Amino acid sequence: MTTIVGPRPIRKRHRHRADDVAGLGRVRAVAFVTPALFIISFFLLFPAIWTVYLGMTNYRLTGLAAAHTSFVGFENYSKALADPKFWSSLKLTVVFVVGSGIIGQSILGFALAWSVRRMAGWARTVLESVVLAAWVIPGSVHAFLWVALLDRRSGTLNSLLNSPGKAWLIDDPMTMIILFNIWVGTAFSMQLFSSALSAVPPSHLESARMAGASAWQQLRDVVLPTIRGHILTNTLMITLWTFNTFGPYLLTAGGPNDRTNILSVYIYKTAIPGGRLGVGAALSMLMLLINLAIALAYMRVGRRKA
Amino acid sequence: MTDLNAAIKRAVWRGVFVVSVAAIGVFFALPMAWLITAPFDATPSMSVQWPDWTLNNFAYLAANPYALQSIGNSLLLAMATMVVTVTLATLASYALSRVRIPGRDGLLYGMLLLSSIVTGTAAMVPTFQLMNVMGLINTQTGVVLVMAGGLLPTVVFILKDFMDSVPKSYEESARLYGAGPFRILHDVVVPVARPGIAFVAIWVVVQVWSNFLVPYILLRSPDSQPAAVLMYTFYTESGQVDLRLISAFSLLFTLPVILIYFFVNRKFGFRFYGGIKS
Repeated sequence: MTTIVGPRPIRKRHRHRADDVAGLGRVRAVAFVTPALFIISFFLLFPAIWTVYLGMTNYRLTGLAAAHTSFVGFENYSKALADPKFWSSLKLTVVFVVGSGIIGQSILGFALAWSVRRMAGWARTVLESVVLAAWVIPGSVHAFLWVALLDRRSGTLNSLLNSPGKAWLIDDPMTMIILFNIWVGTAFSMQLFSSALSAVPPSHLESARMAGASAWQQLRDVVLPTIRGHILTNTLMITLWTFNTFGPYLLTAGGPNDRTNILSVYIYKTAIPGGRLGVGAALSMLMLLINLAIALAYMRVGRRKA
Repeated sequence: MTDLNAAIKRAVWRGVFVVSVAAIGVFFALPMAWLITAPFDATPSMSVQWPDWTLNNFAYLAANPYALQSIGNSLLLAMATMVVTVTLATLASYALSRVRIPGRDGLLYGMLLLSSIVTGTAAMVPTFQLMNVMGLINTQTGVVLVMAGGLLPTVVFILKDFMDSVPKSYEESARLYGAGPFRILHDVVVPVARPGIAFVAIWVVVQVWSNFLVPYILLRSPDSQPAAVLMYTFYTESGQVDLRLISAFSLLFTLPVILIYFFVNRKFGFRFYGGIKS
């Protein structure tokens, strides 16, 4: 007995020590981690926590309150929540996130991933490269490409559709920023679903086909249940990113008449050009809480999958 | 008869499929076409047209005092953020990979959660105010620190994975020859983990290069603004958009990330952009 039990703790201790092969030791390890933690704490964690305090002050960039800032409690929140502009911004955000992210990017990304599987090599490469290039181009270039596309007097779209003078960004700005964001972000869903689909066992599809299932039935009964985890992951990631994107600002700056004033743009305009930092911080707090809820949902899903 | 019907049906579906895929392809390609034609056109317009070929637009761009300076600023911000982030993340991820600091897994998990919640847009107000209070507003140092803070969690997380896969036998033998931890990290671990370090370094450069919001909020003077911000200024603040300038500038600003993308895609595959985009 002793010969069996005896060596065990020693071997275990040995393995522990074997991890730290360079002889770093705990003290030095902590010293190695500290600089990174310091930067993260100071420039990421601290701003988030400070938002709680800032949201309860009447901080302003200029004017009297800039010199004499005072604590106002929940006044900013009640002011923000009583402002119809906030509610309309929230509504626009929901339309934008659902339209461009959850429906647009997910469905188009899936459709692309599904259709390129059986396509000739060159066609697949071309299609995937074009979709990916849209995602890789920097944000401010994205926006100008769309400005040029939709330009009223000489844009490409108007000359193609033979509709001179049609002002897309004024007539239907929300649809335009939704299409714009689909164009920018679909690559992610396409790539994620491509790798998910390649993991669906071909034998399952084969036996479904043998049993006489149509393409639609194969999709519904074999493919979708297999990649359910990926669909959830994709939806939550896309929701988080679309909710946080600042891209539409570059195209419409929230206008015309606040018709594309999604939450990220609304916060920017309130706090920085508007100078009302306290109210802006209160709105940021709401945004952080929504992000937290989405991220926690994501972490839970990820854990269940594991 | 039913066979023929089925064949017709299949052909029709095939046609519908090809047309819709082509339409999607056009939807993605159409806005980009301008970026390929306009920079080389002697008289570019807003629409895509067959260019009157020239390279003069680039000479014209080089003569603009702000354009090249802003590309230089982008490069400076990207490189500085990369050096800060990669150095600190290498140290941290090595220690986290080799030593079981109490609460290590919770720390990694918490950091990742934090970086996905505290995004540039959600934290712009407190970040802006913090930089004001610290006197770092309108400085490139401020932008570098904020970007580094946002990117570090992801970079530490990815690098730790790479460090975990570095074989420990090298370090053991280096230690037998009397090398200290710093020496081992520098002379043994970093060279072995070089692909991983290169990967995160490129990722950070692309993130900073393309980022608009952080420098837009923190930098006011055109002398210090990167290309992402100047690009926006070019088409919003001048009365008449100078298409020769803006087309050449767009291409010059975009080309590096496109090239990096093709290089990385060939070398590392999809994980690069598919990973986490802030």
